[in-house]
Amino acid sequence: MIEIKDLHKSYKMGENSLHVLKGINFSVEEGELVAIMGSSGSGKSTLLNILGMLDEADEGSYTLDGVPIKNLNEKLAAQYRNKFLGFIFQSFNLINYKSALDNVALPLYYQGMKRSERMVRSMAYLEKVGLADWASHKPNELSGGQKQRVAIARALASDPKVLLADELTGALDSTTSYEIMDLIQKINDEGRTILIVTHEEDIAQMTKRIVNLKDGVIIDDKKINQVRAIQNV
Amino acid sequence: MFSLERWQEVFETISKNKLRTFLTGVSVASGIFILVILLGVSVGFQNGIESQFQNDAENIINISSGRTSIDYKGFNEGRRIQLKNDDYDLVVKNSRQPIEFESPMYRIFAGLVSYKNESGNYRLEGVQPDYQFLESADIIEGRFINRNDITSKEKYAVIGNRAKKDLFKDTSPIGKTIKISGLNFKVIGVFTDPGGDREETRVYIPITTAQIVFGAGTDISNMGFTLPKEENYDKALKQSNAFAAKLEQILKAKLLIDPKDESALFISNNIENTKEIYLLLSAMRAFFWAVGIATLLAGIIGVSNIMLIIVKERTKEIGIRKALGAEPLSIVGMILHESVFVTTISGLFGLIFGLVLLEVVGPLIELDFIKNPSVNFSIAVSTLILLIAAGAIAGFFPAWKGARIKPIDALRDE
Repeated sequence: MIEIKDLHKSYKMGENSLHVLKGINFSVEEGELVAIMGSSGSGKSTLLNILGMLDEADEGSYTLDGVPIKNLNEKLAAQYRNKFLGFIFQSFNLINYKSALDNVALPLYYQGMKRSERMVRSMAYLEKVGLADWASHKPNELSGGQKQRVAIARALASDPKVLLADELTGALDSTTSYEIMDLIQKINDEGRTILIVTHEEDIAQMTKRIVNLKDGVIIDDKKINQVRAIQNV
Repeated sequence: MFSLERWQEVFETISKNKLRTFLTGVSVASGIFILVILLGVSVGFQNGIESQFQNDAENIINISSGRTSIDYKGFNEGRRIQLKNDDYDLVVKNSRQPIEFESPMYRIFAGLVSYKNESGNYRLEGVQPDYQFLESADIIEGRFINRNDITSKEKYAVIGNRAKKDLFKDTSPIGKTIKISGLNFKVIGVFTDPGGDREETRVYIPITTAQIVFGAGTDISNMGFTLPKEENYDKALKQSNAFAAKLEQILKAKLLIDPKDESALFISNNIENTKEIYLLLSAMRAFFWAVGIATLLAGIIGVSNIMLIIVKERTKEIGIRKALGAEPLSIVGMILHESVFVTTISGLFGLIFGLVLLEVVGPLIELDFIKNPSVNFSIAVSTLILLIAAGAIAGFFPAWKGARIKPIDALRDE
């Protein structure tokens, strides 16, 4: 599903250049649930941004579902993001003047889907994350966990190949975090490929594979025995 | 622009961001409103000042006759020239330029006028209706001589305010009968003249009546013309000189006067006196143009500022939309669509409110220097279009910049 070869990335900070990713080789099969771990500054968020086409690599190749992601213009990148990827952020990034339902429907709007169809489909995904009753509520009327569920529904709405989650439990207490992870595991059980960036060990243990980053290189990449989140709730 | 989905999205955004929409709307509407009012008042100011100086800008051309100083076509020098009705008709008929006011005049310098026991010697002038405007006489009671009085040779008189005070004291003279050279005349009006007392001792009667009463036949003493006001002094000067030259040529040919003879006809042309007024008026116009443009500029800057702030405020939303698959152009389109829509609606509100206010309150304003403040509707509409276009252009650059922002930067937690 994801194929990365010799990926380099550096940021210019004034006169100095900060080499963040120093040759990453990495691949993900369909249906995997992967945790990318590392302390802050290890380059894990940069890697996720490149995977998410939110940022560009300086060197190396990246193939997503057989499509080489290279020299994308803004328009093509937007289309690929819409078609291939679903994002889940630490700070939810919901549009706060839109209802939960409208937030979920937004990626479908950018697919050019008709409004009535959008609403039906978005409602189905809200039901899936258990928030059908909250469809007309605005983000500021929802709890953190509920917001993240809306964000997950939104990420799923466009039926993407891969879900990319950046510290998705970072703003939540542990009970809520486990509930969210339970949801993520269920979605993964249905066969969806999911990548999670996290620095929390317990969250990482709930995935199926942990990739450890340090100073811009992968120091460790191993499959683990998944801890089911439901046991901790 | 016309996609239904886009409209739905825009309406949703507008209705869910009531405060922002309202504030934008109010600032644009009030901007347009103030602009319309300012433009209207400046037009009113211009009207007022122009009407104040209107009379002074009038270029009066007077012709009277004298004696010849050069032998011509068998006539000796020293011949007295007498202007007649047909000379006046000839001038009027042959003038190739539009004339604003025109009147011949027959004059008796001292005529005995009496009412009951009061009497005095006043200058009597037989005139036509336009003479009122040639002399800038203001009627304060009754009316001036009209066309009918001329054709039916009425024995009516319009007397100056000074003459009225002498003869009638404080009573109204209208409808009273006075004696002029022993004949009964009915007083139909009283006038004042900016020339003061001396001019207000005159008595005007219809010229046809005057020529009969004083046995003048078809003689006239003088003829006066004014030309319509021109845009600027140079044009007025050109028109006036052309008119005077044409008039002189026609009359000299008809009356057999040597073209070089300078004492047979006296043509007075006060165009030189109007120069300063014309200069003042054009300076005034330039000033109000500058005021209008400056106001418009302020409006454009205001609207542009609002656009900038809106885009800035939506940076994060733009990032989210981009992460979800919005193409840069769709971001630009969305922002412009929304802002042009809000600007247009609220601009129209401000425009209509301003126009209605001018329409209702304008005519009620009675100040010497502000007269009939109003705005040309097409100017107002093009102002609005200009503002919307400026707003769109001003909004486009930040929207474009917003669309270029990498989602990663926009989404970064502050």
